[in-house]
Amino acid sequence: MKILVCISHVPDTTSKINFTDGDSKFDTNGVQYVINPNDEFGLTRAMWFKEKQGASVDVVNVGGAETEPTLRKALAIGADSAIRVNTEAKDGFQVAKELAKVVKDGGYDLVIAGRESIDYNGGMVPGMLAELTGANFVTNCINLEVEGTNATATREIDGGKETVATSLPLVIGGQKGLVEESDLRIPNMRGIMMARKKPLNVVDAANAEPETASIKFEKPAPKGAVTLVDAGNLDELVNLLHNEAKVI
Amino acid sequence: MSVLVYTESENGKFKKTALEVASYAKAVATQLGTTVTAVTVNAADTSELANYGVDKILNVTNSALEKFSAKSYAAVIKQAAEKEGAKVVVVSQSADSKYLAPLLAVGLDAGYASNVMEAPSSTSPFTVKRTAFTNKAFNITTINTDVKVVGLSNNSFGLVESSASATSEDFAPTLPEAGVTVQSVDKATDTVTIADAEIVVSAGRGLKGPENWGMIEELAGVLGAATACSKPVSDLGWRPHSEHVGQTGKPVAANLYIAIGISGAIQHLAGINASKVKVVINTDPEAPFFKAADYGVVGDAFEVVPALIEKLKAFKAANA
Ligand SMILES: Cc1cc2nc3c(=O)[nH]c(=O)nc-3n(C[C@H](O)[C@H](O)[C@H](O)COP(=O)(O)OP(=O)(O)OC[C@H]3O[C@@H](n4cnc5c(N)ncnc54)[C@H](O)[C@@H]3O)c2cc1C
Repeated sequence: MKILVCISHVPDTTSKINFTDGDSKFDTNGVQYVINPNDEFGLTRAMWFKEKQGASVDVVNVGGAETEPTLRKALAIGADSAIRVNTEAKDGFQVAKELAKVVKDGGYDLVIAGRESIDYNGGMVPGMLAELTGANFVTNCINLEVEGTNATATREIDGGKETVATSLPLVIGGQKGLVEESDLRIPNMRGIMMARKKPLNVVDAANAEPETASIKFEKPAPKGAVTLVDAGNLDELVNLLHNEAKVI
Repeated sequence: MSVLVYTESENGKFKKTALEVASYAKAVATQLGTTVTAVTVNAADTSELANYGVDKILNVTNSALEKFSAKSYAAVIKQAAEKEGAKVVVVSQSADSKYLAPLLAVGLDAGYASNVMEAPSSTSPFTVKRTAFTNKAFNITTINTDVKVVGLSNNSFGLVESSASATSEDFAPTLPEAGVTVQSVDKATDTVTIADAEIVVSAGRGLKGPENWGMIEELAGVLGAATACSKPVSDLGWRPHSEHVGQTGKPVAANLYIAIGISGAIQHLAGINASKVKVVINTDPEAPFFKAADYGVVGDAFEVVPALIEKLKAFKAANA
């Protein structure tokens, strides 16, 4: 089985979110970048397939040279080779179109992406990629088994979960649950040394056009201080929720 | 030309978000000087939609659509959009709508903006405000394609009544090969889901064990709320993973979020920032959650929650 894992290069969860250039650009100053958490679960599941059932695992990112350390980290975790599509990622549609070319050129059976990335939270790349390549698609995936060309997946739905049967070629939008968090892999020294020798191929973009454009960013208005209510005076809390906040 | 809205139903009944997306579609249609067409799938009674500004209803009734299929539903909405010549298609951000929207966008060759918070600030260029960085900021985005897909964040626009008289017609789109077949569904049917809830009662490790969730469920029951939890609670298996909210869990955009015994770590807050009013109950006055909260009670959950349940019951009885 040929697996492609899509890797989004995102600011670490604890990053301070600031903007520059008249609030039109994300301020990368002092920001630590990581593999998107949802993709990390997918990458680890791909390693499982590789080790238990035999599979090759490539990772891909659409982005500039600054994303290479993130791809190297994925190689250190165990991916066989990495592909970087050399263009600035501008919106989900553009990224999906660039990825679709990689998928078609590489003849992948299974593409594992994250259900959404934690920067723009678009949740659109995996579904668009599936549709563009004519593959089946399951998102919010919390379990995936593959046997031959048949696949069984469990996905989260509002208020529960459901199990679906489908077949390869398949794209999934994965998330926590795809593997246990305790099974997530941290690159070890050997992995890091090996990653240096693994191929990281930079390919030219197909020059797909974005269909949306980010104009600027805004931060939520600063929040006022909390109103503390005495534990012995909960009538006051009920009163505030009813008359001031008007939520009950 | 019309604005098309997909109004989701469950067991024949519209979800609250269906009325919210209809309200939103009406606002967009007013800005564009056009009408609203709703497409419904296996809905029993569609009369309610007219109260939220819908002018025309396309009813799809098909037993093959009884179980949700992203591909089939996307095909239904695409064909409805084409039939109506819709330039803007509005969907909610339920798990199902988030699943189908990217497929629909490709089908219509439309730009798609998800997690949209407000009516467009301009329709030319079509400019919307959406959340980004897991609710730590907003992104002003233009959709530059001829046809546009908008995913409206739940509970962001609210319900806006406007009486119209809707015409209704049956619509029979062609269904594609689904490719994905539902084998089993495991879902609590008698409780409010986090995605639909206006009020969410959430508890963390401060509750000490799963046996103490009775009072959380009771509080949720009194408020007609959904129950939720922090990540460690679902990791420990005290509560199902579907209740885990936060960056790696579910997002919550409720009107009221009550956090009990939850510290308020950044990854948890990331998932609940879009909620309007936050109440925190915690023994530790230094818990970071108090900084994010609107109202707080420093106190032991085991004393505060039962007392709050009694107060709310009395309040409900007095205001019934
Ligand atoms: C990459 C990453 C992603 C993450 N994603 C998420 C996520 O999506 N969602 C999430 O929730 N977390 C997430 N986390 C974990 C997060 O950092 C916190 O560990 C977690 O939110 C803490 O949960 P908690 O507050 O229930 O538990 P604790 O940290 O143990 O806090 C318990 C709180 O309860 C209070 N308390 C104790 N006893 C009582 C009592 N009797 N009455 C009242 N209060 C009491 C304590 O004062 C404390 O504040 C993530 C972490 C990482 C690194």
